[in-house]
Amino acid sequence: MRFRPALCLVLLVVAFFGAGSVAVAATSPAVTAGVDGPGVVKVTGKLVNRDDTGSAPVAGGTVTVTDASGAKHSATSLADGSFSVEVPFKVGTISIELDETSLPDGVALREGGRNPITRAVSSTLPLTVTFVLGKGDRQTLSWVDQVPQSLFNGLYFGLIISLGALGLSLIFGTTGLTNFAHGEMVTFGALVTYALNVMGADIWLAGLLAAGLAAAFGFAQDRFFWRPIRRRGTSVLAMMIISIGVQFILRNTYQFFTGGRTETYRQYTTPEGHRLGPITFSIRDLVCMAIALVLVVGVTVALRRTRLGRATRAVANNAALAATAGINVDRVIAAVWSVGALLAGTCGLLLGFSQAVKFDLGALQLLVMFAAITVGGLGSVWGAVIGSLLVGTLIEMSTLVIPSELKVAAALFLLIGVLLVRPRGLLGRAERIG
Amino acid sequence: MDILMSALRAGFSVDAAYFCLAAIGLNVQFGYAGLINFGQAGFLAVGAYGFAVGSVSLGLPFFAAIGLGLLCSVALGLLLGVPTLRLRADYLAIATIAASEVLRLFFGAAFQGVFHGRDGISGFSAGFQAANPFQQPFLGYRPTDLWVMTVGWGLVVVVSVFVWSIMRAPWGRVLKAIREDEDAVRSLGKSVYTYKMQALAIGGLIGALGGFIVALGQNSVQPDNFSFDLTFIVCTMLILGGAARIMSPVVGAVLFWALLSLVSGILSALTEGQDPVIPTWLMTGDQIGTVRFILVGVALVLLMVYRPQGIFGDRKEMALNA
Repeated sequence: MRFRPALCLVLLVVAFFGAGSVAVAATSPAVTAGVDGPGVVKVTGKLVNRDDTGSAPVAGGTVTVTDASGAKHSATSLADGSFSVEVPFKVGTISIELDETSLPDGVALREGGRNPITRAVSSTLPLTVTFVLGKGDRQTLSWVDQVPQSLFNGLYFGLIISLGALGLSLIFGTTGLTNFAHGEMVTFGALVTYALNVMGADIWLAGLLAAGLAAAFGFAQDRFFWRPIRRRGTSVLAMMIISIGVQFILRNTYQFFTGGRTETYRQYTTPEGHRLGPITFSIRDLVCMAIALVLVVGVTVALRRTRLGRATRAVANNAALAATAGINVDRVIAAVWSVGALLAGTCGLLLGFSQAVKFDLGALQLLVMFAAITVGGLGSVWGAVIGSLLVGTLIEMSTLVIPSELKVAAALFLLIGVLLVRPRGLLGRAERIG
Repeated sequence: MDILMSALRAGFSVDAAYFCLAAIGLNVQFGYAGLINFGQAGFLAVGAYGFAVGSVSLGLPFFAAIGLGLLCSVALGLLLGVPTLRLRADYLAIATIAASEVLRLFFGAAFQGVFHGRDGISGFSAGFQAANPFQQPFLGYRPTDLWVMTVGWGLVVVVSVFVWSIMRAPWGRVLKAIREDEDAVRSLGKSVYTYKMQALAIGGLIGALGGFIVALGQNSVQPDNFSFDLTFIVCTMLILGGAARIMSPVVGAVLFWALLSLVSGILSALTEGQDPVIPTWLMTGDQIGTVRFILVGVALVLLMVYRPQGIFGDRKEMALNA
């Protein structure tokens, strides 16, 4: 019995690899074929001229690719602006240059746009490059005009993140574990959806299956890994460090299978935009928001109304007392892990639409989710939701003043600010936390 | 044999030296004071960037630039400590992990004129290398690396003696008492908050020293040197050696790098050639990096579950209670 967690960990990793291998074998025949064939690297891209009136493809632009051995290959962009150059495969760096004199009048590289672009070639995977054309800066809208769109984007992002944050908060509430591996459950949802979608399943079916598998994954993680560890009397802080280890294992396992590639689903990748006043949105965005909203409201109502929900709140309040009242604490915790993982998986599969699917999709959102539940109050259910909406809105609004690469910094400052002024968070219970 | 030799060499390399300094810093915070700092990478980053910006952009002399780096790391310690050290331990963990990630993004994207984005800052170690007494390669290490290694491992010795002396002084005893029972220490009239803050700052300072070794070893600093992986590896090294022991970060670092190099050596021997031992559908040479990190993760989990005291530690001291 003593080595049960170890055994379970090994089994979990093996099972994971098994499942992953099947998925990879099914999803990547094209890639392996490319490696075996005569080595050719395809460099593709599109020349699009963007200005305030919209975007138009640019035909007739000449693109020259210098391969690693120094030979030059050229192509001219077609009527739809696309170009494609094939160069012999050789490990090294290639440079892709756009001949600016070949561009039609009035079209130029945008200021600061890179030309030539250099890329490292290490495999025969196709490369996509973007030349940014157009005049001046894209930010032609005034600062104030962008506020409504940022607000909408923020609410959209916040609502989806709230799924992940809610799961994180529930698990924290019932087990006291600050789970640093929660972001990997988010990634799980996106990766499984992608794998199923590529294998031919419709996105709806793929999403449903992925959410179900995520729940099963959460259940298994608790039943066969965390529960034995809790039984050993391992302290909460030690479990926190263990969760860091789990995070590392899962993230690198994902990377093992996907190899750092950035992927998109096969359906609904570029939905048609609709305009409502100053806001542009798509039907897909609304459906994603609706799914998130239904889940959030469903879980919070279930916590209030159902037997299991009440038992969960009892365990969160005082596990020992709940156990003496006849509540099966282990079963409640297993349920919470399943629901938490289901929410996280759904969060990931929805994020997969707006952000690309990648092995560190969820890891990058972990900080945002932590900020959200701390701002809302650790362990509080509505706090997690409201915190997410606040943090999401703040992050998107902050792009109006700071570069978008730094937008998560806004979440950190909100986090530190809240800890300074009101450490228990907006809706946290008034208890001693220091 | 080659694999064993290169593993042994990796155990004493420049990388092992700076990871060792980072682990000593974390040992002060986590091992002695019980503070869970998941952002040690951030302390290394501000140290390294403080030094690099001081040398290149401000044109400060060597030791002034070092001083700037140290100041920056103390400032980071204060920034993170003030809001979180009065609270439960997990708040510090969340704030530090968040801060180190944001710092990495910040150095990669903000003030491109000063930080040069993801390419980082380079070309500042000429003066340092001018003082290099080594002319010939030795045991396969390059002369420049030998000099950085000498300074790095020299710092490890100095810092270890320093930590040993402060930990047997009254200050260190109070710190360990805080780790065991905060309320008891508070009832004796000690300011727990001040002690924790000092421990966080001292650990951060030692981490910044590690940052200087990174910068000098590569003659450049890039934001991606200071990713979350660094913190994770430092944490694993410390737990491998055993927290709250003077020698544990040193032994942990040497052993960890030697083992890591051994594993990648074996894996690359198994995956190379026309007909590798491990079939290519299972694993290729490109995947060694991720496989060995998966193994590191498994090692950390197993250590924490079965032997949280590591090699040298005392199990009772690692009974973290919060």
